[in-house]
Amino acid sequence: MLRVPRGCCLQQEHIMSKVVDGEMPRLLRDEVKKSRWPARLDLAQSFSGLALGLFMWTHLILVSSILISKDAMMKLTYFMEASFLKPEEPGGYPLLVSATAIAVFLLFIAHAGLAMRKFPATWKQHRVFRAQMAMMKHSDTNQWYTQVVTGFIMFFLGSVHLYIMASQPDNIGPYASADRMWSGHMWPLYLVLLFAVELHGAIGMYRLAIKWGVFDGDDPRRTRRRLKTVKTLITVFFLALGLASFAAYVKIGIEHAPHAGERYQLGSEP
Amino acid sequence: MSSPRKLKLNVLRYDPRKEGDEPRMVTYELDEAPSMTIFIALNEIRRKQDSSLKFDFVCRAGICGSCGMVINGRPDLACRTLTSQFEDGEITLLPLPAFELIGDLSVDTGKFMRAMSERVESWIHDEEAERRELTVLEEPMDPDTADRIYELDRCIECGCCISACGTARMRPAFLGAAGFMRVARFEADPRDKRTAEGWYDLLGDDDGIFGCMSLMGCEDHCPKDLPHQNRIAYMRRKLVQSR
Ligand code: HEM
Ligand code: SF4
Ligand code: SF4
Ligand code: FES
Repeated sequence: MLRVPRGCCLQQEHIMSKVVDGEMPRLLRDEVKKSRWPARLDLAQSFSGLALGLFMWTHLILVSSILISKDAMMKLTYFMEASFLKPEEPGGYPLLVSATAIAVFLLFIAHAGLAMRKFPATWKQHRVFRAQMAMMKHSDTNQWYTQVVTGFIMFFLGSVHLYIMASQPDNIGPYASADRMWSGHMWPLYLVLLFAVELHGAIGMYRLAIKWGVFDGDDPRRTRRRLKTVKTLITVFFLALGLASFAAYVKIGIEHAPHAGERYQLGSEP
Repeated sequence: MSSPRKLKLNVLRYDPRKEGDEPRMVTYELDEAPSMTIFIALNEIRRKQDSSLKFDFVCRAGICGSCGMVINGRPDLACRTLTSQFEDGEITLLPLPAFELIGDLSVDTGKFMRAMSERVESWIHDEEAERRELTVLEEPMDPDTADRIYELDRCIECGCCISACGTARMRPAFLGAAGFMRVARFEADPRDKRTAEGWYDLLGDDDGIFGCMSLMGCEDHCPKDLPHQNRIAYMRRKLVQSR
């Protein structure tokens, strides 16, 4: 068996040429030729973040239909279950909700796994980063830390929510959702999750634009200033929309508590 | 004329080579002079108050890159920072983190920059060069290309971008923004024949371009205003497309 200490061949050109010509075992070749994986993982991290970010914004807009009326939210729920394929009865195929939740869950796990690589790995790294934040008071640096913290929170809270959606897809509606929030004691989780998602998502989307230079144009610095403003506006908008919707569900949940479990009937609103 | 303002400079003092020396903050007071820079203030202190104070400078004009230090939390050049910009007249000075400390405000950026240069092979790569006819005039360069190279060649290796980078501070093996700027400079140079694949071999990993977390400390603290964000994003796009 050929034995070469790790790394020793890097400087040896005659060994390298043999490696590249394919005479050497794979292990050695991997060490000499740069892997393509860091590039793929970086791209996958960004695409998973982008997909999740877009999904979360859409999701909150759909959820906020409760601000229009209970009927609106119920109709939208049925529509998302593809009720138009089943015109004879209310409701559609909740399995579609399960499928979506599972797909998002997989994306979520993939993104968390990829982004986790960037977490401070040791206490020392964490301390150095905190010291850097304290020294510099630099907003982009601080916001990265916000992403790490909110990402960590979402590991747990996001998983709970996604599991419930995948396992009880038919339990969505003005009363069903409000009962889960209030009578099911889920509201603290949703409140924290709302802040975590909106902060993390908006910062993440801003960072994506910067990272890949998507909108750089001929004045990247002006673009960055504008993106920052847009990011703040988006965060404020979605937090406000989210809090208003949250309040609406909690209010319904409190009012409906005596009948918790009963489903909403379309058109029953006064 | 009103009497000059009193400045208060809090300076980190520490000599790692001196047995038993402990890092400590020492406060120096002095009169502000018109158009005084931190560099002038430090010299004043060294001349009149404490001759043992260590700090670096050469050009006094933002060209040599020796006088980088942390000024009220911001990595910057001491010779280009006016004391008048600090309203309360209190200025805290720390040595640039992420570099080896020589003593007080003096750090060894040279060692880091040298290693960076070697790592990105900071020279024109051209296999034809050996066979080039030296008596023939070089091809003229398109002025826009020359400008682009010049823009990136303005890096003075002051190290502010490294100290301002949370990634570089957490992960000492990270190449850092000065390295990316160096790469961008040679990448822009048509005389350098390195391909995307060649660049990938040098910086296609998490200690290189994919380790950058877009914290923009470099972009926001480079005293020479190099286009960090734009060029790092460009290299990242280029390298994910290479194979
Ligand atoms: C367990 C859940 C999650 C964890 C642990 C997590 C963690 C992280 C971390 C640490 C980063 C920074 C990576 C870097 O600086 O390179 C990041 C980036 C990002 N995250 Fe998350 N995240 C989670 C869920 C989400 C969700 C639900 C969304 C959508 C709202 C999202 C959207 C983004 C985006 C758009 C980025 C930027 C991607 C990039 O820089 O390539 N993340 N995430
Ligand atoms: S890129 Fe800017 S901050 Fe970094 S070493 Fe060069 S001049 Fe200094
Ligand atoms: S963008 Fe941030 S992480 Fe990347 S090199 Fe600059 S300061 Fe470091
Ligand atoms: S002394 Fe040369 S850059 Fe400040």
